[in-house]
Amino acid sequence: MSQDIYVIIEHLRGQIADISYVLCAAARQMAAASGGNVVGLLLGHNVKDLAQDVAVDRVLAVDDPLLANFVPDVYQQVLANLISASAPRAVLFGDTSIGAELAGALSVQLGLPLVSYCRNVRADDGRLTYVSQLCGGKVMVEGELPAPTALVAMVPGGYQAEQGKSTQPPPVETVAPPALAAGRITLKQYIEPESGDVDISKEAILVSVGRGIQNADNIELVRELAEAIGGVVSASRPVVDQGWLPTTRLVGKSGKRVKPRLYLALGISGAPEHAEAITDSQTIIAVNTDASAPIFDIARYGTTLDLLDLVPVLTEKVRQAKQ
Amino acid sequence: MHIVVPVKLVPDLVEELVIDPSGTTLDPDTLRLQLNEFDGHAIEQAILLKERGGGQVTVMAPDVEGVDDVLYTAAAKGADRLIKLCGNFGQSVNNHAMACAVANLIKPLQPDLVLTGVQSHSDLDGSMGPLLAAYLGFPYVGYIAGVTLSDGRAVVRKEYPGGLVAEMEVVLPAVLGIQAADQPPRYVAFTRIRQAMKTASIEEQTVEGLDVSGGPTVSRMYKPEAAARATMIEGKPDEVASRLVELFRELGVL
Ligand SMILES: Cc1cc2nc3c(=O)[nH]c(=O)nc-3n(C[C@H](O)[C@H](O)[C@H](O)COP(=O)(O)OP(=O)(O)OC[C@H]3O[C@@H](n4cnc5c(N)ncnc54)[C@H](O)[C@@H]3O)c2cc1C
Ligand SMILES: Nc1ncnc2c1ncn2[C@@H]1O[C@H](COP(=O)(O)O)[C@@H](O)[C@H]1O
Repeated sequence: MSQDIYVIIEHLRGQIADISYVLCAAARQMAAASGGNVVGLLLGHNVKDLAQDVAVDRVLAVDDPLLANFVPDVYQQVLANLISASAPRAVLFGDTSIGAELAGALSVQLGLPLVSYCRNVRADDGRLTYVSQLCGGKVMVEGELPAPTALVAMVPGGYQAEQGKSTQPPPVETVAPPALAAGRITLKQYIEPESGDVDISKEAILVSVGRGIQNADNIELVRELAEAIGGVVSASRPVVDQGWLPTTRLVGKSGKRVKPRLYLALGISGAPEHAEAITDSQTIIAVNTDASAPIFDIARYGTTLDLLDLVPVLTEKVRQAKQ
Repeated sequence: MHIVVPVKLVPDLVEELVIDPSGTTLDPDTLRLQLNEFDGHAIEQAILLKERGGGQVTVMAPDVEGVDDVLYTAAAKGADRLIKLCGNFGQSVNNHAMACAVANLIKPLQPDLVLTGVQSHSDLDGSMGPLLAAYLGFPYVGYIAGVTLSDGRAVVRKEYPGGLVAEMEVVLPAVLGIQAADQPPRYVAFTRIRQAMKTASIEEQTVEGLDVSGGPTVSRMYKPEAAARATMIEGKPDEVASRLVELFRELGVL
């Protein structure tokens, strides 16, 4: 048993995921309270030079061709060994397409408690408290971080990625993997995002539309507004899942991060999976009939008018203003 | 091919959420429950697979207000068997306990495939899919948007950020966490649902042996303080639109 804080350094195709830095930031705070070290776990193939700027005390790198790409059951075998051998105070995962299933599977396999949706960790008199965000960010819950070892799946928002970066490359210790065997899951191929459409991450004006638009026909209203103002239409997940707009226009956790000068959010509630990707926008203006929608917590300006009443009038006024 | 889809009703977030006087949980009497969005996709994916390759679809859900509607709607879409999970479980039952108990009910059904929603917004101790898979001894892959089946294997499209997809092959039986079905969930007319109410039957199964020990405990639940709130623009559409045009000018986008 140790007081160390382990961090799963998530990476995809040669790039460290932003969430990894968020985990490091949280882990540093936790280690300061527990009196342990922050240890980064890096699984992959030819990756030992990848972790140059993560703010950890040391990196344990496990290198094997079978780890070259994320495959849930193979990664799980390696992590189960590392975690059970050293019983750290906590293991931090990103609450992501990679981290969430590892954390869940290991929790059952190793019989360890799991805290999910964790946004912050607090240290009160040396005791660690988790703070998690539930119900799409509408409520927070907190409690003591289970001991002696807790698995924690973290969402972004509580820490800046910058807080988890370091200019000093950490020492990397390479550990031999256990005898690995391919499991019941295999990666066949990566399918690249469609190209050819606009790249919403580079656009200066986004007119973004959510479920409040109600049906496919109404998308046209939004398209007209975007055209009038010289912007591009983007969307939340339900709009894309309905097939009303292509995936290339998806803003959010599974879509793109955007940083426009103006982000006009029409009928979007501001769920965490959407909100995390728009916080770098210069100005967010939200139109939502629900005055308590979380989007108003991150928007600079807002109105509770029905978007179907407002948008046609706004389009007309923008056109006039441009003449 | 037997596909089991365990689904869950969750609080509708458009409603005001009220915290119980205990200060550690939501007031159950004021919650309006609805099917978890991703479960609608999981049901749709199951029905699509059945339509393409044949088989049987079983949908199960905990016995809470509104569950009958959810189950009959699934039947109207094409589900063959409906199971209501009965028992004494309040909000304090964690997902580990529930997943372990549900796994014990699913095992005798000998499914080839279990489809869950990828997650819900209220699972403090992790989403059920990976837990269920671990208790069943099945492999799990989540964040799935698209499934095809052949030769005892599923080929799934797993989503990564930015629109990148990993195509993975999974040996059956397996649990998959569905983010989006191959096609948007179908609409069924109310008359079809009413018909299902007459022809389909809901079986009841008791969930037993819930062991909540070891999970995280909640000492406080509260509403977050926003760091800042938007400046609200009041008025009729015409007035608000004029103010927005002014703002666009100030921001230099017009
Ligand atoms: C693993 C995972 C990944 C996800 N990835 C993403 C992602 O990349 N991007 C994403 O967006 N979501 C993502 N989500 C989904 C996310 O959790 C939310 O469900 C989604 O963002 C909600 O979209 P919405 O705001 O359009 O819809 P809702 O939450 O339903 O909100 C619709 C809003 O419209 C308002 N409204 C209704 N009618 C009107 C009207 N006439 N005028 C004005 N306002 C109106 C309502 O008050 C409501 O606030 C993900 C979820 C998971 C679990
Ligand atoms: N109590 C439950 N009964 C049946 N299915 C559930 C239950 N809890 C979770 N699930 C399934 O697991 C998915 C993820 O939900 P959650 O575990 O709350 O994140 C849901 O979309 C359901 O498919």
